[in-house]
Amino acid sequence: MSVNKKLDRTPLYKNHKKIDAKLAPFAGWEMPEMYGNILKEHLHTRSANSIFDICHMGEFIIEGKKAEKDLENLLSCGLASLGSGRCRYGFLLNDEGFFIDDLIIFKYSCTRFMIVVNSSRITNDAEWICSHLSTSTSFTNISDKTAKIDLQGPLSFKTASSVFPDIEFVVMNRFAFIEFEYEGIKLTASTTGYTGELGFEFFMPPESAVTIWELLLEVDSVKPAGLSSRNSLRLEKGLPLYGYDITDKITPIEANLERFVNFNKDFIGKDALIRQIRNKPARILTPFLCAGRSTAREGFTIYKDNKPAGVVTSGVFSPMLNKGIGLAMIDQSISAVGTIIECRKDDTKINAVIIDLPFIR
Amino acid sequence: MLPKELSYTREHEWLKVSDENMVIIGITDYAQEELGDITFVELPEVGQVISGGDSPVTLESVKAVSSVYSPAAGEIIEVNSRLDDEPELINESPYTDGWIFKIRITGAMITPLLSPGEYQEFIDSLD
Repeated sequence: MSVNKKLDRTPLYKNHKKIDAKLAPFAGWEMPEMYGNILKEHLHTRSANSIFDICHMGEFIIEGKKAEKDLENLLSCGLASLGSGRCRYGFLLNDEGFFIDDLIIFKYSCTRFMIVVNSSRITNDAEWICSHLSTSTSFTNISDKTAKIDLQGPLSFKTASSVFPDIEFVVMNRFAFIEFEYEGIKLTASTTGYTGELGFEFFMPPESAVTIWELLLEVDSVKPAGLSSRNSLRLEKGLPLYGYDITDKITPIEANLERFVNFNKDFIGKDALIRQIRNKPARILTPFLCAGRSTAREGFTIYKDNKPAGVVTSGVFSPMLNKGIGLAMIDQSISAVGTIIECRKDDTKINAVIIDLPFIR
Repeated sequence: MLPKELSYTREHEWLKVSDENMVIIGITDYAQEELGDITFVELPEVGQVISGGDSPVTLESVKAVSSVYSPAAGEIIEVNSRLDDEPELINESPYTDGWIFKIRITGAMITPLLSPGEYQEFIDSLD
């Protein structure tokens, strides 16, 4: 395979190089994969707090008097019941109910919203959204003008309060956001993330990213963590990853994510989802726990009674459980908790059991 | 620094050859660095007879799954069973506590053995 396109670099590239981060291509970006030790980065995030360079992700602003109505139609999650200054997890679906993307929507007011999307989906999402907006609704892709740093872990609130002492972070519940200024830098902080821990996502102009990154790193308990530990952190909490666990060939019903779909309103894909619920989906995304340290990874085939019955969509070694964990798209008939399955690839056979989420509390 | 008493292969393994054709095998510091944290080591049975080029050992790391090859035909004499519970020994001390298996070789080496200097040159050429 040859890659001709030059990889994009985040504003924090030089900071990563300085401390010998291992960089790797991800969705067209040269991203920090790790800073020396993935397991330690994972465990440090669970016990203290870490910062992640997430500048590659996409951000859109949607504005106008019909913005809320347009977005209600586009998204699986309800917006009428969402207060200003709150965020919600939801999906963009096509007419067949398949995922275009999963996202977080930020509500500033009924006429102004921000959507945070996966970097690999920015172009598809933008096209889809723009083709479904009223003429009075404006769409702005601010991805290039927005840097994002995630601070994640149980000490996040303490860290944020010490770095920005004038801000009352303690009043924020999960899935809330505030805008504030720090020494002339305009920031947005949301109590969201992709590790299952308490924490923040900080949005800022790219030219201020280095300042904020270095400011956070000055706190003794804060260490940088890369995308590899972010992946094991999200999977331990059962959070799906677009392109792996959820794709444009999978619906939220099959992905067991029905709770993020509001059926009390109309939205694109709703009819397809209702049909699928009625007919019962043939397959379902299901968590499994490996018998030991050996881990069934993406692409392993699931067997039950020597018959193929699914495929692993994500699999990692869980540093908290010291066992392999993963998500698999399997036949509904073998999805009961406690079912023993076998994961196979080439000569490797790994025993596992179907369990319930989350893998860790 | 590469231990002087060991031989190396282009597959990033080290060999400690002692008398009676006994060889202890592990992976190099370069290899463990590339693999990242090792989370599981699948070891062969003692007494297993293998051919040169077989992969009696599978290493799983947080990043990848890889095989350790046998540089010659022979019989597995001993395995480092500490790796069952402490696979991280390979990351922490690849040339000592992180040794993987011991084999009595019965055939010729199927891969050229490199001196520490030659192996160093080889890995320098990879970066």
